[in-house]
Amino acid sequence: MTAASPPEVLRAPLVVEFPFTRSLGPVQSAFLTGLREGVVLGVRTSAGQVMVPPVEYDPATAEELRELVEVAPTGTVTTWAWNGEPRPQQPLATPFAWALVRLDGADTALLHALDAPGPEAVRTGMRVRVRWAAERTGAITDIACFEPEQEAEEGERQGGAVPHDGVFDEPVTGIVAEARLDYTYSPGRAQTAYINALSERRTVGERCPSCHKVYVPPRGACPTCGVATTDRVEVGPAGTVTTFCIVNIKAKNLDIEVPYVYAHIALDGAGLALHGRIGGIPYDQVRMGLRVEPVWTDGGRYPDHYRPTGEPDADYDAYKELI
Amino acid sequence: MPRQSRHARDVAVVAFAQSDHLRRSDELSEVEMVMPVLHQVLAATGLKTGEIGFTCSGSSDYLAGRAFSFTMTLDGVGAWPPISESHVEMDGAWALYEAWVKIQTGEADTALVYAYGKSSPGSVRDVLTRQLDPYYLAPLWPDSVALAALQARALIDAGETDEPALAAIGARSRAAAAGNPHAQLRGAVPQGGYQVAPLRTGDCPPIGDGAAAVILAAGDTARRLCERPAWITGIDHRIEAHGLGLRDLTDSPSTRTAAEHAGLFDAPVDTAELHAPFSSQEVVLRKALGLGEDVTVNPSGGALAANPVMAAGLIRIGEAAARIQRRESDRAVAHATSGPCLQQNLVAVLEGDRA
Repeated sequence: MTAASPPEVLRAPLVVEFPFTRSLGPVQSAFLTGLREGVVLGVRTSAGQVMVPPVEYDPATAEELRELVEVAPTGTVTTWAWNGEPRPQQPLATPFAWALVRLDGADTALLHALDAPGPEAVRTGMRVRVRWAAERTGAITDIACFEPEQEAEEGERQGGAVPHDGVFDEPVTGIVAEARLDYTYSPGRAQTAYINALSERRTVGERCPSCHKVYVPPRGACPTCGVATTDRVEVGPAGTVTTFCIVNIKAKNLDIEVPYVYAHIALDGAGLALHGRIGGIPYDQVRMGLRVEPVWTDGGRYPDHYRPTGEPDADYDAYKELI
Repeated sequence: MPRQSRHARDVAVVAFAQSDHLRRSDELSEVEMVMPVLHQVLAATGLKTGEIGFTCSGSSDYLAGRAFSFTMTLDGVGAWPPISESHVEMDGAWALYEAWVKIQTGEADTALVYAYGKSSPGSVRDVLTRQLDPYYLAPLWPDSVALAALQARALIDAGETDEPALAAIGARSRAAAAGNPHAQLRGAVPQGGYQVAPLRTGDCPPIGDGAAAVILAAGDTARRLCERPAWITGIDHRIEAHGLGLRDLTDSPSTRTAAEHAGLFDAPVDTAELHAPFSSQEVVLRKALGLGEDVTVNPSGGALAANPVMAAGLIRIGEAAARIQRRESDRAVAHATSGPCLQQNLVAVLEGDRA
């Protein structure tokens, strides 16, 4: 037993990606299909207000909204912010303005990018028009961005919203919301020590100073007592099967023949069981109390599986608290 | 002077603790970051985990990229024998609201509320885009600074502030934080260049890791645990329509409505702890809450000095309560926000017993 000293903490890149598939209701389907066709649709409330982008329910009354209207691809900037250093997944790679744009015929504003040479070229109240993406799929990114419009004479502005049936061939009924977030993962002090020990084919846990239970793998805290675990304890290498199951379904991308046994194993000296695969014995001969030891493979960063040690089985009383 | 109560039970903040807020804390897992503040509030009240009636936490897995991280941090509470526990994927101020409701129902007399955020493993500006509407906004990745900058421009265009006034808010906040040993930015810091114009670095919150915890108690239990409990005489939270283009970004009607329901306007306050991560948002909140120049705003330094995402709102309630406990305030308002451009707002009014 040694007092835990803080080792250099481990770090590794962690990428979280999630392509959520989302269905669209009638209003969002019409709007996004319209974008694909180069048409901007809004929805009219019972008070006569035209909302672009359209919503399905009136935010003031909660009334269902279905009365679609077409508005112009031109509009006025209601507020803006200059984005001098675009972030990777934003609409334009060159510096641009974020803008809320009230399209002609609409009473509310749409957020998008505004392509302009610099902040001096942007002002609240300026006239802009939609620049359509070259390839359109039925998504908000079918608007590539807005771009400045030559100042139009008052009379030339495309005025109101005109009724639209919202009917298109092959309507878009869903979107895939792709996202990727990049992290630098650090497991913290306790798990760094556990992982570093595994690289030396040792298993270390941490003891709770209050209840004296040894946690493997350690998480830095005793969930029973709510205090930090501090004393590092080497456990194993051998242990006892406390319970197990027989796996009969072959997992995708897993090169293990079925059936095989997956077990809870209480390493000697540990206060709770970890899990691992049992090998070196026919699956139907694995039993509670079986004594096992880890088998490491070359280059493996954790035990590949556990095999019988050949010792007599452990008494039930020796592990019953760990099941 | 008797206090006016509009609720079934009198509930007070009796203890508050927060971590030091740091740019990074790689050596600490989330539970290791949370545990010290849990121990501090328990020690301050003399309560043991088993004596707490209800436990509620606020956090978001997206910040650190760790699935179900709140179940891991629960290890720091000591959940055996089994406890009554809940979690909100929101700032801990909303966890406090849930705990307050639980005590109002009579199902608990005490509650432990904690919150934490570890923003250092990821890019919090990008991460926060994932809380936006997935159809019209999230695919464009408008980050939290960009959205705040749109709001700032709207305020400047409306004549409600200008860039020097915004810089002064940042400078005042960090000067106040000089007296707050937990704050991440203290004293004078350069205003810096534009992040997203018109917001400069000094108008934006620091990115960091931190945690906070509060203990609530009802009636005589509160009086027993604390010399001068900070009674929550009103608490309410409201939300704006989700479309940014549907809103008047220069105003916060949800904050005003929450304040009305919390009884803020019934009597003057001497202190306001406002959760305004961006300098421009303080302008909006002062207007919505009707705060005059006589009110001490963010004596802790506020979110411009330390903004552990998911804990910064709970810290506003804790700071306001601590000021009442120290007899530096008699009636304070605490505000917490969540989401882009002050999307959701919670207002709590806290009072100390008058002699």
